[in-house]
Amino acid sequence: MIVALLSIAIGATILSGLVSIYYDVPRQMGAEFRNYGANVIFTAKDDSFTLDKVNEGAAEFESGSVVGVSPFRYENVRINEKPVVAAGTDPEGVKKTSPYWMVTGEWLEHDGQLLVGAKVADTFRLKEGSVIDVSYTPQTEKQVDEKGERIAIEDNVKTFTVSGILDTGGSEEEYVYMTLADISELAGGGSRIDVAELSVSATGDVLKNTVSAINDKVSSVHASLVKRVTASEATVLTKLQALVLLVTIVVLALTMICVATTMTAVVAERRKEIGLRKAIGATDMSIIKEFMGESIMLGFCGGLLGSVLGFVFAQQVSVNVFSSSISFRPLLVPVTVIASMLVTGLSSLMPIRSATDVDPALVLKGE
Amino acid sequence: MSLLELKNVYKIYGELHALDDVNLKVEKGEWVSIMGPSGSGKSTMMNIIGCMDKPSKGEVLLDGVDIAKESKKNLTTIRRDKIGLIFQQFHLVNYLTAVENVMLAQYYHSIPDEKEALEALERVGLADRAKHLPRQLSGGEQQRVCVARALINYPEIILADEPTGNLDEANEEIVVDLFHKLHSEGTTLIVVTHDPEVAEVAQRRIVLRSGKIAKEVRNENFTGKIRFDS
Repeated sequence: MIVALLSIAIGATILSGLVSIYYDVPRQMGAEFRNYGANVIFTAKDDSFTLDKVNEGAAEFESGSVVGVSPFRYENVRINEKPVVAAGTDPEGVKKTSPYWMVTGEWLEHDGQLLVGAKVADTFRLKEGSVIDVSYTPQTEKQVDEKGERIAIEDNVKTFTVSGILDTGGSEEEYVYMTLADISELAGGGSRIDVAELSVSATGDVLKNTVSAINDKVSSVHASLVKRVTASEATVLTKLQALVLLVTIVVLALTMICVATTMTAVVAERRKEIGLRKAIGATDMSIIKEFMGESIMLGFCGGLLGSVLGFVFAQQVSVNVFSSSISFRPLLVPVTVIASMLVTGLSSLMPIRSATDVDPALVLKGE
Repeated sequence: MSLLELKNVYKIYGELHALDDVNLKVEKGEWVSIMGPSGSGKSTMMNIIGCMDKPSKGEVLLDGVDIAKESKKNLTTIRRDKIGLIFQQFHLVNYLTAVENVMLAQYYHSIPDEKEALEALERVGLADRAKHLPRQLSGGEQQRVCVARALINYPEIILADEPTGNLDEANEEIVVDLFHKLHSEGTTLIVVTHDPEVAEVAQRRIVLRSGKIAKEVRNENFTGKIRFDS
């Protein structure tokens, strides 16, 4: 019986632990995937949108699931009379949505600083601490006066200090980054946002449903998923969860075999007792009830023990593999206990069936 | 009407006739012993009377009911309600105390009643050993617990298979005295034994040979007390 209890407890431990991991994997992997950049993009439905609309859209996601928001406003500027694309953004937001950005020097932290893409830095021979003027030519509809003479448009010029050089291996290296306030000042005002990148810790249908809710509710914003991130995230998650599920099923099957073997041994060991019980009046149903009761009680105790040990097991796996702890799921205790009771009940069917076959006359003769 | 009647009973295993046209009547309150060498059919007869087996042919009327025609489930009910079994090997459940072993028979019959079980143990002189496990009891004490378990549900017949086979003379006498007490209270006793001294105590002695009743002896000097030769 101790062997049966131990095998059930071990089975329940693995079951409880793996189910904990199964449900925690999306969160753990989601956090890992957030290192690969934003998974939701806001673009303008018509022309442009504002930061308020970005915040309104971000608020549609479940509280706490938004890891970071980085709005971008793009303008064509000039450095040493050469055209460059400048992006105004929220530096703190970018740190969260693009943690893979490698910066030599300092991150963009406040107004007056410029984070320069590696290619731009190469072109202009810029390095950390360089001071440069960035100019912007305001866009006007009338390029000539009433007399037909060309109007001289004065550039807006602002001096920046290069805080660092940005190395991403992507198109970001061709841009210069400044704060939203700086780009607004340089461009002569306005609070237009062209694109906003969001890093959201959610997967699958939750993400899809929220994105479509944003498209329905928030005017002037068109939300969409970054397919290469969300799709690969979903694929990895599905495979991981399938693996965990498979291992759980194999463990349950092994537990069932172990319990069935142990119960068969228990019935064989207690053949004389079963014979005696039948001889003094036990019906087959009484024998079934007694042994099933014992099995289910065994399942209950093993399940209870396993649900506690399972949490410890899952916690260890989570800490060692994902470097973060998992939360205790109280619902998993009754689920594990009921599953253990079912597994032991099912495993005991065959041994109990053999118990009812014991002939009291043969057993009592010592055969 | 006899309490038990076997009419032309056969038990055939292939070529072997374990019981071969056996006819026997046992009256209510009678004490009968069944003797015979090994393989004579004693155990087969006991299994059939004890509702643990069915004859190949013939009728076995217990209190007017032909148990040969009853289902397995009904045989269990009849055995539970009408028969008390005593075994040579005692067959006590080793993890239950003496009183719990007696209550086990109550559990399958009706409702366990510790007070009644203790009274049964008192009848066999084991009131002070009620909370002991079988391994803490001597062979004679274990057999007395077995007797208490057999009589707890007030059976019509007590069927004892070699009840003194594993006992010394002193304990044999105690058990036979218990049988005498039960008999004097009106209980019907059928005792299968190898021991002539135990067999001779009964009112009637039946000797089986090769599945047939070879001899039937009535004890004219019935006292219910055992007499040892030495």
